[in-house]
Amino acid sequence: MTQRITVRVNGIPETAEVAPDRTLLTFLREDLDLTGAKEGCNEGECGACVVLVDRKPINACLMLAVEADGREVVTIEGLAKDGVLHPLQRKFLEHQALQCGFCTPGMILTTLGLLAENPSPSEGEVRRALSGNLCRCTGYRQILDAVQDAAAELRGTGKGAAR
Amino acid sequence: MNVRPLEFRTARSTAEATALWAEVPDAYYLAGGTDLLIQMRLGRRSPARLIDLKRIPGLSAIEVRGDGALSIGACVPLGVIAAHPEVRARYPLLAECCLAVGSYPVRNRATMAGNVCNASPAADTAAALLALEAAVEASGPNGDVVLPLAGFFQGPGKTVLPAGALVTALVLPAKAAGCRGSFHRLSRRRGVDLATLGVLVGRHAAGGAGAHRVVLTAVAPTPLRVPAAEALLDRQGAAAAAQAAEAARAACKPIDDVRGTAQYRREMVGVLVARAAAALG
Ligand SMILES: Cc1cc2nc3c(=O)[nH]c(=O)nc-3n(C[C@H](O)[C@H](O)[C@H](O)COP(=O)(O)OP(=O)(O)OC[C@H]3O[C@@H](n4cnc5c(N)ncnc54)[C@H](O)[C@@H]3O)c2cc1C
Ligand code: FES
Ligand code: FES
Repeated sequence: MTQRITVRVNGIPETAEVAPDRTLLTFLREDLDLTGAKEGCNEGECGACVVLVDRKPINACLMLAVEADGREVVTIEGLAKDGVLHPLQRKFLEHQALQCGFCTPGMILTTLGLLAENPSPSEGEVRRALSGNLCRCTGYRQILDAVQDAAAELRGTGKGAAR
Repeated sequence: MNVRPLEFRTARSTAEATALWAEVPDAYYLAGGTDLLIQMRLGRRSPARLIDLKRIPGLSAIEVRGDGALSIGACVPLGVIAAHPEVRARYPLLAECCLAVGSYPVRNRATMAGNVCNASPAADTAAALLALEAAVEASGPNGDVVLPLAGFFQGPGKTVLPAGALVTALVLPAKAAGCRGSFHRLSRRRGVDLATLGVLVGRHAAGGAGAHRVVLTAVAPTPLRVPAAEALLDRQGAAAAAQAAEAARAACKPIDDVRGTAQYRREMVGVLVARAAAALG
């Protein structure tokens, strides 16, 4: 038995038939081919699956696709506009805040949620906000630096993190 | 994920939700899903029907009532509760306990009603809710009920909530406003893991007899208040920190599990109660 849902994903309305036990993560990855959100643990522990739902970062492995009916979802694929990276993406590159890149989409979307609520977070606030996002490569220092640098740039442009 | 076909229904009112629950066996209410979906994946729960509560108008509100009590709707995510000005100003211990749960993305989904209904001995919000003498308001097949949180937990995963009843709000009494103190929590990985143990020591604003609260989590089958430790602090204040710690050690009934041994937990209950009591000044 499937159910019809309509979700705006990266600004595009998507209508689909989904099984009620399909997670939002599987729906994005397997039905929409948006493989930016990763499945690390499938139990809320690693943050690799984080996407924005109605502008809030959430673990897509802990949400059913049917729960997203009528909601707005943003994945990492929705950040660059016309081939130009979002400032946060660019700062991750500049600071070498990624190696394998598995954690990066979740890191970036969690950070976007934080910066929308708090454009000038302290390092402690960034660490707390990212405590549910594991990175096995970078050692985190570069990520923290990239976030602060991007936050400063976003404050400067007056655009904030929201797009 | 589920071992049998699953039906997903969205309730638009509490009456519709309880009716949907009564229609089929093995129906479950769904709030943030941060406990339930994992339990389904592990095969510990296999609902035939999920009833989503998040689109019921009214369950997502935080409101000050006429008598000054603060009512927190069952579907308000923990992140919203912790950031709410009334909660931060009047019930700072509750904000602290909400922020102890999971990570930032988890708190954007997880609810306090879900935390309480799941009834883990380690439920972080239970520490503050017990200290503040919160009430659980629920709407059931046989009408509405108001249950004090004291006595609500019966054991791991067990509560006195009648079958099919739907928690609509958690209510903090006006007299608990201004209760201050601290929540100390040990865990293996800060920010995500359940507490190995938790200790809350607080003092109600009015002071005097009955002002102190000592609550322990993850060291007994349910979150636990320790009246003997509270009475010692009522009489002698921070000077009784060591005796209160001893009373808490005596009251807890910890077990060995992956997060720690019973002996470690009992020792740490003593250390943390003494520390939190001394911090009251
Ligand atoms: C990565 C991760 C980390 C976590 N860390 C912590 C932690 O540090 N501390 C902690 O205490 N918990 C933690 N949890 C557990 C969980 O997030 C909390 O218990 C959360 O508050 C549950 O709320 P929910 O809305 O997601 O509940 P759900 O999963 O939706 O529901 C839980 C149970 O309550 C029932 N229920 C929900 N709402 C109602 C209602 N209104 N009326 C009647 N029944 C209802 C459901 O049927 C279900 O049985 C963690 C979970 C994850 C995945
Ligand atoms: S895959 Fe969702 S948190 Fe790890
Ligand atoms: S870059 Fe590899 S996990 Fe973070």
